[in-house]
Amino acid sequence: MIQFILNNERIQTTAHAGITLLDFIREHQQLKGTKIGCREGDCGACTVLVGALNKNTISYQSITSCISPLGNANGKHIVTIEGINIPKTLNTAQQAMADNYATQCGFCTPGFVVSMTGFALSTQDNNTALNSCNDAISGNICRCTGYKSIEKAGFDLVEKLQEKDKNHQIDWLINQGFVPDYFNTIPEQLKKLQQSTIQQQRSEGSTVANGTDLYVQHADTLSEEPVSLISDNTSLKGISFTDTTCTIGANTTVSELLENEQLRKGFPRLKSFLKLISSEQIRNMGTLGGNFVNASPIGDMSVFFLALNSTLAILHKNGTTRQIPFHKFHQDYKKYDLQKEEILKSIAFNVLEATSVFNFEKVSKRTHLDIASVNASARISVENNRIISAHFAVGGVAAIPKYAVKTAEFIIGKSINSEVIKAAQEILQSEISPISDVRGSATYKRFLARQLFFAHFIELFPTKINPQQLIAI
Amino acid sequence: MKNIDSYTHVRGESLFVDDLITRQDTLQGLVFDSPKAHGKITSIDYSKAKNLKGVVNIFTHKDILGENQIGGIIPDEPLWAENEVHFCGQPIAFIVAETELIAKKARALISIEIEELPIITTAKEAKEKGSFINAPRSFNLGNTKTSFDACDYVYEGKTFTNGQEHLYLETQGCYVVPLENGNIKITSSTQGPTQVQKTAAKVLGIPMHKIEVDVIRLGGGFGGKEDQATPWAVMAAVAVQHLNKPVKFMLNRHDDLRMTGKRHPYESTFKIGLTKDLKINAFEAEFLQNSGAAADLSPAIAERTLFHATNSYFIPNVHTTVLSCKTNLPPNTAFRGFGGPQGMFVIEAAIAKAANALKIDKRLIQEANLLAENDEFSYGQIATQVEAKSSWTTAKEQFKLEQLEQEIDDFNQKNFLSKKGISVMPIAFGISFTNTPMNHARALVHIYQDGSIGVSTGAVEMGQGVNTKMLQVAAEILGVHQSKVKLETTNTTRVANTSPTAASSTADLNGKAVEMACNLLIERLTKVASKMLSVAEKEIVFREDRVFINTKKSTLLWEEVIAQAMLQRIALSENAHYATPIIHFDKTVEKGHPFAYHVYGTAITTITLDCLRGTYEVDAVKIVHDFGKSMNLQIDIGQVEGALAQGIGWMTLEEIAYNNEGRLESNALSTYKVPDIFSAAKTIDIIPLKTAGNTLAIKKSKAVGEPPLMYGIGAYFAIEHAVKAFNPNYLSKFHAPFTPEKVLTGLYEKKSETLNH
Repeated sequence: MIQFILNNERIQTTAHAGITLLDFIREHQQLKGTKIGCREGDCGACTVLVGALNKNTISYQSITSCISPLGNANGKHIVTIEGINIPKTLNTAQQAMADNYATQCGFCTPGFVVSMTGFALSTQDNNTALNSCNDAISGNICRCTGYKSIEKAGFDLVEKLQEKDKNHQIDWLINQGFVPDYFNTIPEQLKKLQQSTIQQQRSEGSTVANGTDLYVQHADTLSEEPVSLISDNTSLKGISFTDTTCTIGANTTVSELLENEQLRKGFPRLKSFLKLISSEQIRNMGTLGGNFVNASPIGDMSVFFLALNSTLAILHKNGTTRQIPFHKFHQDYKKYDLQKEEILKSIAFNVLEATSVFNFEKVSKRTHLDIASVNASARISVENNRIISAHFAVGGVAAIPKYAVKTAEFIIGKSINSEVIKAAQEILQSEISPISDVRGSATYKRFLARQLFFAHFIELFPTKINPQQLIAI
Repeated sequence: MKNIDSYTHVRGESLFVDDLITRQDTLQGLVFDSPKAHGKITSIDYSKAKNLKGVVNIFTHKDILGENQIGGIIPDEPLWAENEVHFCGQPIAFIVAETELIAKKARALISIEIEELPIITTAKEAKEKGSFINAPRSFNLGNTKTSFDACDYVYEGKTFTNGQEHLYLETQGCYVVPLENGNIKITSSTQGPTQVQKTAAKVLGIPMHKIEVDVIRLGGGFGGKEDQATPWAVMAAVAVQHLNKPVKFMLNRHDDLRMTGKRHPYESTFKIGLTKDLKINAFEAEFLQNSGAAADLSPAIAERTLFHATNSYFIPNVHTTVLSCKTNLPPNTAFRGFGGPQGMFVIEAAIAKAANALKIDKRLIQEANLLAENDEFSYGQIATQVEAKSSWTTAKEQFKLEQLEQEIDDFNQKNFLSKKGISVMPIAFGISFTNTPMNHARALVHIYQDGSIGVSTGAVEMGQGVNTKMLQVAAEILGVHQSKVKLETTNTTRVANTSPTAASSTADLNGKAVEMACNLLIERLTKVASKMLSVAEKEIVFREDRVFINTKKSTLLWEEVIAQAMLQRIALSENAHYATPIIHFDKTVEKGHPFAYHVYGTAITTITLDCLRGTYEVDAVKIVHDFGKSMNLQIDIGQVEGALAQGIGWMTLEEIAYNNEGRLESNALSTYKVPDIFSAAKTIDIIPLKTAGNTLAIKKSKAVGEPPLMYGIGAYFAIEHAVKAFNPNYLSKFHAPFTPEKVLTGLYEKKSETLNH
């Protein structure tokens, strides 16, 4: 039995936990405002909000319901476009969209409105820039408007939200017409629900966290076969620090990385790195573990954590944990060191020392919500102008996310100058073997790997490098 | 006035085909399509699929009671393949099952054997092998043979523009329901309800009157649902004819991408001749259109390429030829601009080539050749009310073009890893279906006895706001508040024999018909009101929901006049027919006056290039656009911004990829990228050009759907400008889209490596 609140209605269903939330909404509940655009999380027409009880308040996030298993709604508040409609009047996001002529054919519109309402409900404090709503709708594609009118609607919202009473957020949003008044009853409703919610049965089926990868390819299969949902497993979540180590649960989402203050301190440019990864909706769902076991040669999180020289903790069904260096995890194309009885538990890395710097690069056809042609990361420690340690990773240039060990070996002990970097780059070229595909020709990817390798040093050591010397062919 | 659908759109209450309430016994359809691009079908085994529980039937060409033919212009395309397949994704059979999932499982159980035949995927190869859709067409003006000799500079070159996926957010689909007596109702997401009706009748072997096609609205069309919404509706209709049960058929995104045609890729060659004063004296071009495996709308699209081959320039000697090349790709089809963008890209490339060679700014050549009043187009139409120079000059002055150019030069001097580029893109786009007989429309206006009004037209609402414009026309002429007018669905039983919603002209054609119908009603109501008020008819004016005597408000309300008209048995419904006057075109000599008018404008595009990573951002597009006298400026600006984004997408990141086997590799939204909010130009400024408007445009408000798409071509040349600023050795490729891959390659190409295409 799956129990949750859908808009203002309590749902108790015996529907299979593996069907998509989208199909449940549209077919079982006949709520047709949530649209089907692509069924792979790439258009946002099916965006809904998920509210999770957090003490006495609810934190809301936008997700794409097309690649989300119904079972993950258990114990949550799911909000569709119908659930934010206010009788006989438009809510604030809707009014802003209408006022700015931001709806043409109307098919993508509910998804945008839901994302924008999610933006209003967000408790993050960084929503002061006029264009900050753009991030919230980064996963919504519109083919009619060209976005300028939608962007303006976002400006209107940002302006209104500056007045938000953070202590009484929901009441304020209700008073300002952002959401209907039933929203302030949800914490109580969810509490009651959680008391009666039976813990979900762990079944023997495919292990699914938030589904962003599995449901793109296998939604039909998972809609019928047993699924083992691990999203609510708190032991696999969380970000913790010791003096020297940061440990992140495998079930941690990209958004959770972004929201973690200590991580943001450790990586001052974390936001600009992570905004290159998919969209708001997908970052809200996609987990580190999912990205690692997806084992794509171009996995953004894999490349990110490889250069951090991370260690992976793997949990066996029998309760034992083993640890392996992350760069040993991926073995060959889509092959990795994980037994059937095992799941990923966490990943850990040494926090950046004062001498260390980190950079992440990604180039794709479209800068946002796209899969990289090549991505790359570097962690470099320098003392007395000498490189004392270095780790490089490159994606999209081999059968697995490539940990460029020889390049690092070469550069350690050397000082930073164009000649050294160029020579290291030559080694990097010998370590990679890209193939041509829809994301670019092999020649292009090779060249891009070169450019991004140089980009690390241009970004990290701007005073020590003359870009002109470095990039000359 | 806002789009009349705004309220329900933002609430998710607007109904699309997939949202309709369906009958409980509704079945689901799914196409089984060819896995190969070309070959003979030697065997197909449906038995396993048919035996799967929940599969109702699988229909093939053998089940067609009428003709297995859906070709619109040329009858060369079967609904379902019979013995041969001609493209990957060609429909072979139609599975009908209790659920879509069962249908998908059944599809996986069908086994097929195909004896493969040679495959052609490019237009050039098709030309070499003599594989064409129809005979080539050529337009001629003056004499290019002799005039090149009189030129001081002559340049030749090649261009390529790739296709473009429509990516309407709502995929193709329909819901088909059996009625009594073998009648069938089709609700379709189509731009051409009559085309669906006509083709279904032909394939089912029944008269058109037995098929009703209804269209509520489309979740985007962009040309992709002009002709290519038809096969899906017809397939479902065949199934309904046999099963007498409702069938719903929504294509999933992958099927839609794989099976439907796109904007045509073009490979073209050009020769341009200029005199010392930079006047273009002669221009020749050969356009190889990659039409795909069947004609679809290709011949008409090819024709429009010729119409727009000289864009907004006057060239006294022109010889242009287009060849519709038959290949083993899905039949390519209409897409906003309809061959015009492909034509315009070539003349812009030719001008760029000349400018490169002469080491001058491209815009100097553009500026020296803009159309003037009474200039002749290569197809014989004399240009009147020309706004080419006025839009150019206004853009140049209002947006301080020379200052912008200076700023960009300065920036490029100061920055090494970042370069900026700028380009100017003028447009002239002809309005009318180039096939003259299609330029007509009808409107049916009912005034109900309570005074409320229902309007039906042949126009299909797909986000462009045509229904809002129709409502504005009706409300204004009838003198009632807009809330009194309702726009009905587009339905073939109310408005028959319609042309598709296309060619930017739907608001003009249908709006004029609404205008005529409302005028006829007002004529009758004026008589009624005149008697009621004992005032001369010429003094009666309907406005503000009542009768005015000249400018003076009377006490007589609209509703009272309508009630009186009912008592007097006056007809309160009117059906009007409009056909565009003036236009004609003689294909035997390729001369005439095909367009009611032209739309003009000029766009200035600036971009910034990251020369380390090969990525770019569009900084600003500043446009002076000829709206005529816009009847709804906000809706029209929305059309400009949306078309611009599509044009920029076509020129930059949207890359269709077929492999050598004719299989689509950009077959999902993860591999085919359309612009997102971050790829939109950071700034878009639009200044409406002050003009008198054109009387053939509805309320002098010019058509706006397609023309602005071609502003997007400016992005290509702005990127090229920035690439050259970094790498002076770069040689123009004129190969669109200018993807980050091509940019990075271009930034670092060496002189010796470059091939002059």
